[in-house]
Amino acid sequence: MTVKHKAVALISGGLDSMLAVRVLQEQGIEVEGINFYTGFCVEGHTHAIRNHDKNKQKRNNALWVAEQLGIKLHIVDVIEEYKDVLLNPKHGYGANMNPCLDCKIFMVGKAVEWIKEHHKDGFDFIITGEVIGQRPMSQRKHTMPIISEQSGADDLLLRPLCAKNLPMTKPEREGWVDREKLYDFHGRNRKPQIALAKEFGLNDFATPAGGCCFLTDKNYSDKLVDLWQARNSRDYEMDDIMLLKVGRHIRPIPEFKLIIARDAGESKFLEGYRKQFTSIYALSHSGPMALVDGELKEEHYPLAAAIVARFGQGREADEVELDITVPGQDSMQIRTSPFSAEEVPQEWYL
Amino acid sequence: MSREQLDARRMLCPMPVIKTQNRVATMSAGEELEVICTDPGALSDIPAWARINGHQVIHSVQDEDEIRITVRVGA
Ligand code: SF4
Repeated sequence: MTVKHKAVALISGGLDSMLAVRVLQEQGIEVEGINFYTGFCVEGHTHAIRNHDKNKQKRNNALWVAEQLGIKLHIVDVIEEYKDVLLNPKHGYGANMNPCLDCKIFMVGKAVEWIKEHHKDGFDFIITGEVIGQRPMSQRKHTMPIISEQSGADDLLLRPLCAKNLPMTKPEREGWVDREKLYDFHGRNRKPQIALAKEFGLNDFATPAGGCCFLTDKNYSDKLVDLWQARNSRDYEMDDIMLLKVGRHIRPIPEFKLIIARDAGESKFLEGYRKQFTSIYALSHSGPMALVDGELKEEHYPLAAAIVARFGQGREADEVELDITVPGQDSMQIRTSPFSAEEVPQEWYL
Repeated sequence: MSREQLDARRMLCPMPVIKTQNRVATMSAGEELEVICTDPGALSDIPAWARINGHQVIHSVQDEDEIRITVRVGA
């Protein structure tokens, strides 16, 4: 009887990891998926928060991919450990705040740990959907061995989509998988992947534009850097990550910024944070919920209130009454005339 | 038959799924876990997670602010 070999696959929810798994399934390898949640992953959050997205499909791509492939999926919360990857990347950042190379090393390293912890389940090796030259930072010919080495996976890390361009790994050497039936994809051209997907009969898949997370997004990265600068500290909590995805962010002075909801869904979401943040909303008119991140001195109440009033139904009114509540204190009311569009200059928007 | 409860309110997906997964890992086949959450994403994610990993969603209700999903742990 031939022994069935088992691999764990890093599943991001995109097409490449999906193909990598299918290629090995074709060779009779049993695969289970693992997905790491850093907090920055492109997920349905904003769907859950914003109104206009309510009708869109709210699927988790990694779960969906696993279901299409018929494999188990283990989702691992790495939020805390990921902080060190993002704050101190040995190999630096990509175009934005994305520490892709360190991130890959970290995730493959976590997969190595995971198969050790689950040794009873008998996983033999790790696979990823990496393709040489696909991504400017992490997926290059010279970074592939760096990831294998620094993650501790060494020759137990197989990339089925570009294995033919890389040195032999143990699964190939030992004959667990047939190297001849692996691929030699390289470069940014996605046609080979699309063709292979077709061959496998996969026609519905997510095609993330940038990367697998918000850190590749310029606007998101800018807001993150602004937060660190304003706080004079490069730390973050889960709530910070979430709030950066919600609302308009307006910083009129260095001491504070306003997070102003863009619709009822976001207002409801921000309401959940009123015990932690000072909140401002209009009483005399309907309007958005706003939170204050930073220090709001009393002398700045009129400034903050006039900005928030600008985004509600009372924007044309002479005067709007607003509620300002500091957590743990009595709320107070303030009357102010809303700012005009010009009074909220573009530079204040993050 | 024991029945446990998990409070995943205000958590955003995939956290409710991760919490469910981790709790179910400590339970035995046939036991039930009721997950209370607020992110509507859980309505598709928890059942998808359960299907993939061999568990069963036996009950799911959504009212104005809360979603309750009961999972029966698989073998
Ligand atoms: S895009 Fe984000 S999740 Fe993907 S490798 Fe880069 S840092 Fe990691």
